Amino acid sequence: MTSEIRSRRRRAALLEKAALLGPGAIYGAAFLLVPLGLVVVYAFMSPSRFGGVQGPATFDNVRRLAEPVYRSVIVTSVTLSAAATLIALAIGYPAAYAISRLPARWRTVAIVAVVLPFWTNFLIRMYAWIVLLNNEGLVNKVLGSLRITDDPLALMNNRPAIVLGFVYAYLPLMILPLYASIERLDPQYTEAATNLGAGPFTRFRTVVLPLTMTGVVTGSLFVFIPSLGNFIVPELLGGAKTATLGTLARDQYLKARDWPFGASVALVVLLMVVVIVGIQGRLTRRYGGTS
Amino acid sequence: MRRTRSTTHLTRWAAGTIAVAMVLAACGDDDDGASSDDLDADADLSAQSLVISNWDAYTPETLIPSFTEEFGTSVELTTHATNEEIVAKLLQSGGDGYDVAFVSAQFAEQLDDAGLLAPLDAELIPNMSKLAPEARDLPSDPGFEFSIPYTWGTTGLCYREDLVSEAPTSWNDLLQPSDDLVGKITMLQTDRWMMLPAQKSLGFSVNTTDEEELEQVADLLVAAKPNLLAFDDTTFYSRLVSGEASLVQAWDGWCNYAIAENADVRFTIPTEGSDLWADTMVILDSSQNKEAAHAFINWVLAPENHKQVAELVLYKVPNPEAMALLDPALIEQFPNLGMTPAELLEGEQLVDLGDATTRYTEIVTQVVAS
Repeated sequence: MTSEIRSRRRRAALLEKAALLGPGAIYGAAFLLVPLGLVVVYAFMSPSRFGGVQGPATFDNVRRLAEPVYRSVIVTSVTLSAAATLIALAIGYPAAYAISRLPARWRTVAIVAVVLPFWTNFLIRMYAWIVLLNNEGLVNKVLGSLRITDDPLALMNNRPAIVLGFVYAYLPLMILPLYASIERLDPQYTEAATNLGAGPFTRFRTVVLPLTMTGVVTGSLFVFIPSLGNFIVPELLGGAKTATLGTLARDQYLKARDWPFGASVALVVLLMVVVIVGIQGRLTRRYGGTS
Repeated sequence: MRRTRSTTHLTRWAAGTIAVAMVLAACGDDDDGASSDDLDADADLSAQSLVISNWDAYTPETLIPSFTEEFGTSVELTTHATNEEIVAKLLQSGGDGYDVAFVSAQFAEQLDDAGLLAPLDAELIPNMSKLAPEARDLPSDPGFEFSIPYTWGTTGLCYREDLVSEAPTSWNDLLQPSDDLVGKITMLQTDRWMMLPAQKSLGFSVNTTDEEELEQVADLLVAAKPNLLAFDDTTFYSRLVSGEASLVQAWDGWCNYAIAENADVRFTIPTEGSDLWADTMVILDSSQNKEAAHAFINWVLAPENHKQVAELVLYKVPNPEAMALLDPALIEQFPNLGMTPAELLEGEQLVDLGDATTRYTEIVTQVVAS
């Protein structure tokens, strides 16, 4: 009798687990594993004339990525994304820190303000930047009328504008994990450091930063990875004069109709993600992750 | 909804086929595969419905409602942003879900090569006769086998007369600009048109696949890139209006959008020559509503309807009667609307390059990444 109850309970617990995990697992399998698997498989197939892939399997696509043109695209893309990540971190860390020190009510307001831009279509926000930054745009008009500049500054259609676009697009994704880990930081640790004679800088370097390292790494990941694949910013703010992994993959799928090569570009991004997530895991273990 | 429709259609079709098969039982094999060839001129169009994909803002507002009113055919209009987008969709779905699509001529060729297009039945499109004889001879599809031109035009230089020191006359004014134009120039971004100025400036065909020529084209474009403000397919005319750009490579019709907002804007075709492009209408072979699709194309070609296309998009239509209906003041304001078919035919038509398309994309990547 009792064992039957126990086994029934166990079955109920199992069912509950399945019910809770099921949708997520199915979603993950259908919309994450299958597409990623396709990317990996496609990357080693031959292109068929009207898009899609066909046999035989080949390493040609991956080999093509080593050609100087594509190597330079990879380097450019990684450089721009890394720059955006560092700038987002430099802006995001103090912001997240400040938000975590606000009174509780204002904290919510500040967090909503951080997320607010996500409620507007990304493309529309990019066009807003164009209105601001173009040579005849608002910023240049103001600078010109104040006689601060004679000729309009080249604020867009160049690589710095791409970095700006990435920072703007993904800054909230930097601030949120940072905020989560900073907010969870026990003030007793910093008090203890102060009592032991640590100045503000030492306190930050030896206590605060290590304890919030998981937020730093997670936030950086959230900025770096989508920047690699973004093809709207290089197009609209960059004046389409810079090729990135994002624009390259898109062009291979839509224009060249060379899916396998497009997939191998995506594979590069995928591999970078795997490597970075591996590093993140290691860092998180080292710093005894709090988030 | 589409499924229900095609299912009922299928049922009806099946019933019809069985009836025919019973009558013809003695005659032997009934060939199902030939169905696309025998269109019924007296089909009940109100029982059919169409899904049409066109570029956004490329369909006059009254065109579809008036068609539905005339024939009772319900029409769903969907839009695509680029040729590449709609062609990718059609190739992947085998054309399922669409009856009529609007694509540029060289993309229509690709779709036909892929076996996706229905052969056109001239008897169901009597208004075909309204089209300019020159349009019938387009190399992309001589004789309107699978595509009917909707609009046509060319590519040239669009500039602000008040901002350039000298009126441009050559593609080299774009590729090797004078000092005052550096950083105030845009070029088109799509593969074929990005290559065009360099191809024409070097005296090559816009359809060249000669590797030596292509390398020279690439070198010239790489050298030209640092002088550009941007590669731009979509906002170049507003850059011209705002004064951010002084000289842009532009399709004739799009230059008209700038002229509409600024009277100092001019359009010119460089002396080295240019292209002839055509946007066409095609019927998908998978369509279950081919009679209605033919009727729709015929409806578009009616001069009073086709004229509205020219009025809306400020592109030329290959329909002399429709062009003659245009208000002369419109042609005075937008002179390139007045180009004759013969003048247009001086341009070299862009045709599908088959596998060399990939090489073009490669060169464009090389230029953009430089």
